[in-house]
Formats: sequence, C-alpha cells, structure tokens
Amino acid sequence: MENFAYASPATLQEALGLLSTKPGEVQPLAGGTDLISMMKEHLVTPRLIVNIKQIKELGGITSGKYGVRIGSMVTFDDLMENALLRKSLPSLVEAARGVASPQIRNMGTVGGDLCQRPRCWYFRQGYGVLAMDNNKALVPDGENRYHAILNNNGPAFFVSPSSLGPALVALGATVRVVSASGSRDIAADKFFVTPLNESMREVAIQPNELVSEIHVPIGTRNATYEVRHKTALDWPLATASVALKMNGSTVTSARVVLGHVAPTPFEATAADKVLAGKGITEEVATQAAKQALMDATPLSQNAYKVQLARVAIKRALLEAVKG
Amino acid sequence: MKSKNPPGTSRRGFIRGVGITSTAVGAVVLEKTALAEPFAVAKTIGPDAAPITLKVNGKPVNIIVEPRVTLLDAMRNQIGLTGAKRVCDRGTCGACTVMIDGKVNYSCTVLAIDAQGRDIQTIEGLAPAGKLHPVSAAFVSQDGQQCGYCTPGFVMAAKGFLDRNPDPSYEQVEHGLGGNLCRCGTYVGVRKAVLEAAKEMKGSRHA
Repeated sequence: MENFAYASPATLQEALGLLSTKPGEVQPLAGGTDLISMMKEHLVTPRLIVNIKQIKELGGITSGKYGVRIGSMVTFDDLMENALLRKSLPSLVEAARGVASPQIRNMGTVGGDLCQRPRCWYFRQGYGVLAMDNNKALVPDGENRYHAILNNNGPAFFVSPSSLGPALVALGATVRVVSASGSRDIAADKFFVTPLNESMREVAIQPNELVSEIHVPIGTRNATYEVRHKTALDWPLATASVALKMNGSTVTSARVVLGHVAPTPFEATAADKVLAGKGITEEVATQAAKQALMDATPLSQNAYKVQLARVAIKRALLEAVKG
Repeated sequence: MKSKNPPGTSRRGFIRGVGITSTAVGAVVLEKTALAEPFAVAKTIGPDAAPITLKVNGKPVNIIVEPRVTLLDAMRNQIGLTGAKRVCDRGTCGACTVMIDGKVNYSCTVLAIDAQGRDIQTIEGLAPAGKLHPVSAAFVSQDGQQCGYCTPGFVMAAKGFLDRNPDPSYEQVEHGLGGNLCRCGTYVGVRKAVLEAAKEMKGSRHA
C-alpha cells in the first residue's frame, strides 16, 4: 500500500472540509472492506484517508412517518439485527444477510455497499472499469461468466456489486449525499449509473461528496432472493428484490429489480406490468420472471445467469407474499 | 498532530494514553471523552509514522506506525502477537480474525490507526497463560485442524459466533463460520469442535 495521511474527524462538517473535488485524491474510509484491498492493489492511491466512522450524524436507524432513515455508517450486521427492519423491510435484511461473511457484515457499511467498486476481474487487474486494452473491450471475447446479461452492449460489461442496491431501488428509497456546499437527495434508481467513459463513476456521487443516509419507504410486501455458488464468502450470480403494493391479495403495483446482471440494478419493468392487478401465484410469478428476462443478451460464457435470474424473481415474489 | 512533538508525547497520543490507563471502562467512555475535547478538530496524521495506542486483550499498547499499517501487521510485527495469521491479506480467508468491540473482524483490512479506542481481543488473550479456552480445547479433542495455520482465526470466529449463538445447530455453525477458509479441508472437525465447545460452555459464561 502507498503511504497516505489520515484524519478521523468527529463531525460531518470537518470531514466534508477535508474532501477534494479531484477524483481519487482523498478517500473516505468506512468499513474499509473494499477500499483497503484496492489500496493494496494500487488501484487507488489517495493522498489522504478520512475515517468517517466517528461521525455520529452518519449512524443510527430511526423510523418516521415516511419510513425508515438509515445512517450510512450502519453496518450490515446492524441491519440484520434491527427489529424494525426485520418487520417492515425484510428484503433489505435478507440482502444484508447475503453479504460475504460475518466478518464482512460486522465491518461493511450501507454507504460502503453503495459506493464500492465493481468486482469485474479486469477492473481489479487495472484495466479500468470499462475493461479496455489498446482500445479493445476485453470482456466480450474474454472471461465473462460473471459479467452482465442485460444492458451489456457496451462500453460497460461489469455488474453492479451493491448488495443493497436492488432492494433500495425496488423499495423506492432515496440516497442523501452531502458536500461542504450542502446536501441533495437522489432517488436510488438514479444513484446507480452506467459509465460511458473511464472518467465516469458507477454512482452519481462527486469526489467531494459522501453518502450520509438513506430513506426507505415502508408499507410494501418485500423480499430478496439471492442465487450463489457457495453458501458463504461468495458473490451472488443473480439476485432479485421485489416490493409489492397490495390491496388484499391483489398487487396494485410492483417493482422487481435484479442485481448482478447489469452495470446497475436492473429494473424489470416488464415483470412489474405482468404483476399489476394480479394475485401472486406460482404461475404469475413464473410469467413475470419470464417477461423480465425477455431482453437478456448473454455473453459467450454467462447464458446460465438468465435462468438463475428468473428463479430469483419467482422465489422472491413467492417469499414476499408468504405468511 | 504537530510534527515537532517527539514520538509518544503528542497531545493526542498523551490524552488517549491517559484515557485508557485511567479507566477500566474502555472504548465507549474513551471515545466520548475524545469527541468532547477541543482537540477533536480534524487533524491529519502522517504519512510519517505517528504514535498510537491500541487496547489489546485489555491492556494499552503504545506503538509508532505509519497510517498505512494494518492492525494485523502492527500486531504481528510490532506488538509480538503472531496468533492472527497473514494469508490472503484481502479480507477473505479469515486467518487474521480478531474480535473488535466483541465482534469478529478481519484484522488485515483494518488500519491500526483506525483501531484506536476500540477493544481488540486476539487468540492470545482468550484464556489465561497455560490454560485452554473451551473452544481451543474442543479443536484439539475434535481434531479441528491439520496444518494449523488457519486455526487461530477459526477459534476466534468460533468464539465470536458462540457469544451470539450459544446453542447453535450444525447448519448455523456452518453459516456462522462462513468467513474462514481451511485449505486442508478440516471443516467437519471444526464444526464438531464448535458444537462441543457450545455444550461445554453452556451454563457458564466464559470471558
């Protein structure tokens, strides 16, 4: 790891004063589970690290009329153990439970989950987020078994690594970001973006901004289902998060969002249309899953993910209306 | 921190040191004190080595580290605690597992400077000298290791798991130890050991 200076401010204001508009120059440090490894690989070489875990304003889970406010320094473990979330937002709790391992869940934070960089192995080997070498895209003809099957006509082929992202998009959450000049709220579905060039990030946050908290509406039946190779210490191959507004047993509106299949959480609006006005049965869920993947364009090695994504949708829908 | 301060006598280091040695209550109290003090104004430390104080196995330890040094490397290279192992060094294999504020963490992925004011427990502090903690004893009796390199990490992960799940099922053990890898493949012995330790520890609260 390259050397750097370190600060651990106690207030948000002090932290924001230390951030820089120049990309990569100053890095906020939360759980460190992505950042420290990237620094060891020399993928980021910041001049200054700002530890933001001491900042009280960035912590806590509280409920209000609109739903739930979750501070960005809340850990996955905190999410899983929170009674309020277990009752109202099981899709978020399940998404947190799916994260790697107990150690990572104790360390990793909500803000870090949203802002972590893609796990694309070309990116991690230093070929950039678009995985280019001599103006040639490496993914289409390369090792692409874990890459995108949707919205993958270039230049981005990686999958969004966020575990909470699909659930937050489905739930209609809002991400609040702050900088020294103020704060702004970004709808979760606008927070994740597909970069068109190497200077763009995968999230709509500037280098001098921090995620301070997220706001999550309650009142839906919601669930997350994750398909993985291994039961622990593994990234999902496909996940589905669903949020259903119900009138009795009839869906009035649905949001189905897939994870790990596209450069952003993928909004399966075709599935939403199938579900509106219907009750959730195995047939309806299967039909919605089928429609959701109609536009899938798998690469040379990842056609298997299409069926996994369908299964994830079906199981998430059935889980959401269970009990 | 002003660089003209000689190592070990900086204001921050001094106050932190006093905070630790003058109270047995530990991390929470210390942090509250630190936040209330005017010196908490955002100061940058480093990139040169700076004095820090860590609370390891209940005792304050003063070391001088660059901000880039991980907790694992500080423990192994400077504090002389070599139980936690450096294997993947990327927060994946679990050989470096220690408890921080009662929760299992990968010490290879925590900066030593960031672990200040927190309660760090390592395998060395698990039982009094010459005695085995019930988890360690169960690893011996159930043959929960082969080459043994992953064992300290597994024992700490098991301790952290049992603290929160004193009466686990086999499946819960499987999932609860999911953050540690053993390339000798001793998982079956490890899981049996955790179940035996759970039985052994039931009724009595071990530290």
